[in-house]
Amino acid sequence: MIPRLELRSITKSYPGTVANDAVSLSILPGEIHAVLGENGAGKSTLMKIIYGAAQADSGEIYCDGRRIEAHNPAISRSLGIEMVYQHFALFESVSVVENIALAVKGTFDLGRLATEIEALSARYGMPIDPHRRVHDLSVGERQRVEIVRCLLQSPKLLILDEPTSVLTPQAVVKLFGTLRQLASEGCSIVYISHKLDEVQELCDTATVLRNGKVTGTAKPKESTSLELARMMVGSQLPEMHVSPSAPSAKPLLEVRGLSAPARDKYGTELTDVSLEVHGGEIVGLAGVSGNGQAELIALLSGERTHPRAETILIGGRPSGHLSAGERRKLGMAFVPEERLGRGAVPPHALWENAVLTAHRAGLVRNALVDRRRAGDFARRVIERFKVKANGPQASAQSLSGGNLQKFIVGRELTLEPKILLVSQPTWGVDVGAAAFIRQTLVDLSRAGAAVLVVSEELDELFEICDRLLVISNGRVSPPLIRKQTNREEIGLLMTRVGHGETRRTEVALED
Amino acid sequence: MRLRIEQRQEPSAQMRIAAPVIATALTFLAGSVLFAALGYDPLATLHAFFVAPINSINGLSEWLLKASPLILIACGLAVGFRANIWNIGAEGQLIIGAIAACGVGLFYPNPESPLLIPLMFLAGAGAGMAWAAIPAFLRARMNTNEILVTLMLTYIATLLLSFLVHGPWRDPAGFNYPQTALLPAAAMFEPFDYSYRLNPSIFITAVAVVIMWLFTDRSFLGYKMSVSGAAPLAARYAGFRESSAVWTGLLAGGAAAGIAGMAEVAGPLGQLSPQISPGYGFAAIIVAFIGRLNAFGIVLGGLLMSLLFLGGETVQMTLGLPAALTRIFQGILLFFLLAADFFIYYRLRLPEHA
Repeated sequence: MIPRLELRSITKSYPGTVANDAVSLSILPGEIHAVLGENGAGKSTLMKIIYGAAQADSGEIYCDGRRIEAHNPAISRSLGIEMVYQHFALFESVSVVENIALAVKGTFDLGRLATEIEALSARYGMPIDPHRRVHDLSVGERQRVEIVRCLLQSPKLLILDEPTSVLTPQAVVKLFGTLRQLASEGCSIVYISHKLDEVQELCDTATVLRNGKVTGTAKPKESTSLELARMMVGSQLPEMHVSPSAPSAKPLLEVRGLSAPARDKYGTELTDVSLEVHGGEIVGLAGVSGNGQAELIALLSGERTHPRAETILIGGRPSGHLSAGERRKLGMAFVPEERLGRGAVPPHALWENAVLTAHRAGLVRNALVDRRRAGDFARRVIERFKVKANGPQASAQSLSGGNLQKFIVGRELTLEPKILLVSQPTWGVDVGAAAFIRQTLVDLSRAGAAVLVVSEELDELFEICDRLLVISNGRVSPPLIRKQTNREEIGLLMTRVGHGETRRTEVALED
Repeated sequence: MRLRIEQRQEPSAQMRIAAPVIATALTFLAGSVLFAALGYDPLATLHAFFVAPINSINGLSEWLLKASPLILIACGLAVGFRANIWNIGAEGQLIIGAIAACGVGLFYPNPESPLLIPLMFLAGAGAGMAWAAIPAFLRARMNTNEILVTLMLTYIATLLLSFLVHGPWRDPAGFNYPQTALLPAAAMFEPFDYSYRLNPSIFITAVAVVIMWLFTDRSFLGYKMSVSGAAPLAARYAGFRESSAVWTGLLAGGAAAGIAGMAEVAGPLGQLSPQISPGYGFAAIIVAFIGRLNAFGIVLGGLLMSLLFLGGETVQMTLGLPAALTRIFQGILLFFLLAADFFIYYRLRLPEHA
């Protein structure tokens, strides 16, 4: 059989890195093919090259046996190659059908297109209302919009980039059903992921990438997770040590009946949030992004203040009105989810970025920045947390995402906080560094600090947290003991409240 | 063949030094072509532009005299620019500073008091800061756009000056010219030599440059301001207050401009008239950016800008070049300077086709 798509020796380099190094792979019609690899292994670059959004430096692409010479997304579409990006490109303020109309060729007939969308989405078991506005849709529903947009073009090859990273476990099951149906109709699917269990469940073949190179191909359904993981990571996986927690008698961080308006039109209103984090434990906050995490974390860190001081208690002290700087004086530290521009100043050197939050640790004397001490501080963080950087003089933006994250986590931990807030601690961080960061969080909590981790990765939360909370539509669930709960229960809580008006009536009934 | 522009991983240190040299060379080249095409001898024109104005002691004195307010104001403005606080009303703050200083000089009961100069200095600085405090308050409290407010306040300051010199402060013995009486001698800086106009106010500028360097490069407050400028979310994350950056940035510019206004009336002017500044407050914005918002760079930028002013006048007077041509030449130089800076952060790459 002629492959639907064949790549021969694709190479692509960016300044400082080789994203793809002589990558070859071939995909048959109707095959679900996984491209498996760590963050930064070169998966997304490879997909952009297939789709034509990026040009390979060398190598050849064949579609149905014909070589594609000059490549771009328009050519891809004419060949029947469609791509669902990891971050959606939808206009939030207009309706689903209007969004799709912008992307499809042909006459501009919204009524007929809406009927087509309804029929198609129902056929593949993922109903969407074409007249709803995109900003009312949950992330999972937005993804359906993207997929339906691709399906309307009757694609021969569909590329999905980390499609489940924003979905609840239940939504993942539905998505897989749709993809299997598509494949059985002859559509080839390229499925990019770093999640082994999903790939094993769904995919026929897998090409594994590491540092831009193909390290192996496998039949995931016949391989063990360990074999695949070795190909991905290359070395022995680090082991986590989570000793039993010994929570303090009184909570170090307490939130009591916190309500706050959304930060903007597309934000989420917080309703009556209460939670406690004791010293010596890690509490995880699970939830699909956009359910109020950003609002809650900004209110906890002090980047946003609350007029009622007693809604947030730090070490028993009413602190809702305190600024971020004042809360840090009370022993709080914070690792935000955006590294560049929030956790670090991109063009500034690492020693300058050390001063950002460590200025209280003796880096400022007589109103002057002590450059020597700041340099020493940065050097200590670099050494202790094994940050790959060109010394304290390297600029923050010259570091890879994972290394900058290690630096920021290291900087906050070196301040020996009593309370640590961490948002998405291991986003875009390779497995080795992620395990290291998780271990340091566990160690910090076992040394007596209160740690609150906000993450979308359920696996991560189950690995390190003692108690779990679920945030959904601006409400936070009562705490669940990690050892007494499971992914399904958390998944249900993630979807129960939220997802537009229909769900809200259910909540009202439950109340 | 296609050229590609790429961001450098680290700003290039060599390029930082080479950029101004390359820009100057390109300007001379482009300028020569322009002058030759219009029938002027390129070498003679360049000589008249860059050498003739300063090959006499008087020329040097004028050069420094004009560079001094530019550098002083640019230092103050750069403090705010580093934090993305856009004070473009230094011209107005300069005028208000000059009015306040001149008022003290004219109306202080004892015209021979040695306190006059220090008092005028304080009045100039204070008035400049007060004028800048209006946009600072509005921005910090009501989030109004400081670009518009500072600019509009410049027009108000200009009209206030015009009102004073045409009305209440007009010199009764001045043959109805719109100007104030001359300041008493004790209210003026004594020139180094009465043949030339350069006076000790350049020491104020020298001190300001040092303070500016200390503030931006070494102080914690300066650090906080650079964070607010480069990454406002990081400033909020670290708990730095935005309003303190707004106040510091605007007041620094206002104080510097006010002092420059005082130095003008107590120096070369000696009195107020409707036109007291040839646009120092606006030119200083360019000086601040040519100097990359850095104290040492601002000194060079101010000297260059001042030389361009003088050279422009010289070529018009000696070679009869049209005024528009000198403006074009000044524009070419600024263009190349800023364009060359681009290559500190970016580079061109030839695609390596085998």
